[in-house]
Amino acid sequence: MKEFFAQFAIPHPSLLIYIAMASIVFGTIALVAVVTYFKLWGYLWREWITTVDHKKIGIMYLITALVMLFRGGVDAVMLRMQLAVPENTFLEAQHYNEVFTTHGVVMILFMAMPFITFFFNFLVPLQIGARDVAFPRLNNLAFWLFFMGMGLFNISFVIGGSPDSGWTSYFPLAGNEFSTSVGTNYYMIALQIAGLGTLMTGINFITTIMKMRAPGMTLFKMPMFTWSALIANLIIVFAFPVLTVALAMGTMDRLFATNFFTTVNGGMDMLWANLFWVWGHPEVYILILPAFGIFSEVISTFARRNLYGYTSMVWSMIVISVFSFAVWTHHFFTMGQGAFTNSIFSITTMAIAIPTGVKIFNWLFTLYKGKIEMTTPMLYAMHFIPLFTLGGVTGVMLAMSAADYQYHNTMFLVAHFHNVIIPGVVYAMLAGLTFYWPKMFGFMLNEKIGKATVWVMSIGFVLAFIPMYITGLDGQARRMYTYSDATGFSFLNMVSFVGAGIMTVSFIMIVWNIWYSFKNSPRDISSDPWNARGLEWATHTPIPHYNFAITPDVTDASEEAFWDSKKKGTQLFKGKIEDIHMPNNSGQTFVMSVFFFIAGFAFVFSMWYLAIFGLIGILACMAYRSLEDDHGYHIHAHEVEEDEKKHAQKGGAK
Amino acid sequence: MKNLKATLLSFIGLSAVLLAGCNDKLTVLDPKGPQAQRQADDTMLLITLMGGIVITVVAILIFMLFKYRASKQSADYEPPHIHGHWLVETIMIGIPVIIVIFLSVVSVKSNYIVENVPEGYEDQEPLVIYASSSDWKWHFSYPEQGIETVNYVYIPANRPVEFKLYSFGPITSFWIPQLGGQKYAMSDMVTTLHLAADNPGEFWGRNANFSGRGTAENIFDVKAMTAKEFDEWVTEVHETADPITEEKFDELLEPGHLGKSTYTGTHLEFSPAPHHEHHDDEAAEDHSSHE
Ligand code: HEM
Ligand SMILES: [Cu+2]
Repeated sequence: MKEFFAQFAIPHPSLLIYIAMASIVFGTIALVAVVTYFKLWGYLWREWITTVDHKKIGIMYLITALVMLFRGGVDAVMLRMQLAVPENTFLEAQHYNEVFTTHGVVMILFMAMPFITFFFNFLVPLQIGARDVAFPRLNNLAFWLFFMGMGLFNISFVIGGSPDSGWTSYFPLAGNEFSTSVGTNYYMIALQIAGLGTLMTGINFITTIMKMRAPGMTLFKMPMFTWSALIANLIIVFAFPVLTVALAMGTMDRLFATNFFTTVNGGMDMLWANLFWVWGHPEVYILILPAFGIFSEVISTFARRNLYGYTSMVWSMIVISVFSFAVWTHHFFTMGQGAFTNSIFSITTMAIAIPTGVKIFNWLFTLYKGKIEMTTPMLYAMHFIPLFTLGGVTGVMLAMSAADYQYHNTMFLVAHFHNVIIPGVVYAMLAGLTFYWPKMFGFMLNEKIGKATVWVMSIGFVLAFIPMYITGLDGQARRMYTYSDATGFSFLNMVSFVGAGIMTVSFIMIVWNIWYSFKNSPRDISSDPWNARGLEWATHTPIPHYNFAITPDVTDASEEAFWDSKKKGTQLFKGKIEDIHMPNNSGQTFVMSVFFFIAGFAFVFSMWYLAIFGLIGILACMAYRSLEDDHGYHIHAHEVEEDEKKHAQKGGAK
Repeated sequence: MKNLKATLLSFIGLSAVLLAGCNDKLTVLDPKGPQAQRQADDTMLLITLMGGIVITVVAILIFMLFKYRASKQSADYEPPHIHGHWLVETIMIGIPVIIVIFLSVVSVKSNYIVENVPEGYEDQEPLVIYASSSDWKWHFSYPEQGIETVNYVYIPANRPVEFKLYSFGPITSFWIPQLGGQKYAMSDMVTTLHLAADNPGEFWGRNANFSGRGTAENIFDVKAMTAKEFDEWVTEVHETADPITEEKFDELLEPGHLGKSTYTGTHLEFSPAPHHEHHDDEAAEDHSSHE
């Protein structure tokens, strides 16, 4: 009995972990109490948990992403605080290792990924004039699998111990011999479950975009965000299976003592590095391409002009997607593969910078002869251009393999990838969030606070990350929990810490802005408050359940269908309102995901009976689904008409 | 708007100045051997070229934002619909292509330089030192001299040194920034790093790759000395140090940190390096040692 509970104990407890534990427990109790008190369980179940509405699923991704942004953010502040002064004792080595590992995983997989998936869900069907995604129920399942993976990963913190071998989890360090807690089991299994969800999302959105575009919307008339979503999802479908295989092998190494990646019995540690980065490098483009899509929407809207070089924009993304699979080795130039191999990957890596540069110049020329309005989303985009360029060119520096021998594993690398991920992905997500906020919630976020936020964030960013380029070149290696005063790194690390503090302020300002605007912003906004250009603005706010009462026809329009209807008077909605077929909600997907969680948890701790129970549950859900008859339901034409009238009275679009 | 952009520009300017100002102080830009020299030269070239690109982008951005902002235009101005222009797009793709081709040539050259015996040292027999890591120490074995050290390494200046790297555990990365960039040490193969010090001097080296709790302190000292001093040191070690025994070595392998120590003999005799060699492309000499 005692042994049974001992396995769940944290191997390296500290005061901070106890505080976190207590806050998680009290937070959960408070949440359950509030939901129960307001009798919200039924509402949550009917309207959210079982929903197949792409907009609501999108918002659930968004909430997850924002929560994880704050979790990852707390980790980040702890890391910078530890390094602020030399020989700090705030965190000890083991704890530091756990924090940077979970920080990396949470930020890339449980913050950035759901954030872009939120945009896929919320925007793609609207931009292509569809009523929903191709497989609405699969969409719900994908979310819950992702969510359960996220949940499983996060409880590692308080049950059994966090992973501690870096978000890259290189073997043999991540093997049982050197990583003795169950932390890495969590990593392997949580990522596996979440990854299944992502793969489903990939398939779903490729199908949606290929099959469900409004009449007249040819591929080269798709809005830029939809293009970026299509390419990103294609990369997902090619890259994630590699992760699946790698994680499965890693899990077997840890649970069943196979020797794929060990130091003995013919294991090959380099194989892990290869598999990981064959997924990992495309993964960074899965994140950045949708971000590029968002910036394209924002920049053309507020430059009040069509996107310059639409066609070259599209082709550059296609080229990037192909090349993203041909450069993975640049992550281990220093693994001794010799001059020839390094030369090849050095060249392919630098080649990716060409299409990326094309995009930057396209955005710059979109401003040409425009009528630029500096709204909050635009301000994010305008900060993104110079900062991301800096990140891109340092990427080219890293791509010079011989010189990379000096940058690899240093703070220079850390500066590079934050320099692309923060101004690239995070700024895009926040710009898009601000841009689409009124469409989702029916009120605008405050512009004054919004703009101030961008400035605070950029100042914080520059102070936090530019010094790392310098300490990197001065020999500060990454992932080191401490350094001596003699190294001379302390001043710049203190600057970095101050920058991280300023960035924290900017994130708190976002929360404040949401709260402030929720209280104060007017609710009588039109459905097109930004004077925007894409189809997603052609429907009412709030968006009806069925998106469009009549499926739009964009035969006469350009890639900016809504803009054309406003300026040239092209007719988007032709014909009359008919019955609309909608899918039913389903709780089966949620139940199945819970079984996945149970099985996952059981695997982490090698509790085989429980694991079998979980697996049987999963199979039972699948069997139930295959026997189930579900034809959906119809919203009748007269109901739609009434709905439309109500919207029209509220001062909707058209 | 204008002063805001200026702030941004000054940030970038500031960092450029900082970089340039520290030029002869930043470790990587203060090379003491031919390999590190090549890497530092490449780095300076890259900083200049890349700085130029950033400045161009920022300049165009500021121009556009200044010239085409809404507040400067009449209320009824309607921006035109511009699809693209073949010349602009050719330039926009052409210049990056040229830059990438240029850098590719430099990169390939540098790769072969860094992976080979350092330039100017081709006519000398390199000194072979096996550098192996264990949690969280470095073991240096000099098979030729028959000595072994822990956490420090003495090398003759003005002579090429061939470090043979491997690990007794997780992947580590052997790095002496002032002599040249790092390379991984793994448990199942031997990798080779060619370095040389141009003059006597003292440097630091470390494991740059995360390998568990003790990584931060996984450091070692490097001293380059004249050939004569080096020989004297070798003789002295043979006179004063204890031999390395299998028991002693097993003790050293225990996870933890240690100070420096010195032995006669090497652990290679009873605990040889992994058989699998990761070859440089041209140095495919001993395939026969494959198991
Ligand atoms: C101009 C395009 C880019 C180039 C040429 C480039 C180049 C590189 C290279 C060569 C490395 C490996 C360096 C080393 O390990 O020493 C690297 C690492 C990394 N890059 Fe990029 N990159 C580019 C864009 C991006 C983008 C768009 C993202 C993310 C959205 C990104 C995220 C990362 C991350 C996360 C790492 C570090 C991974 C790790 O080892 O932990 N990069 N990049
Ligand atoms: Cu990469």
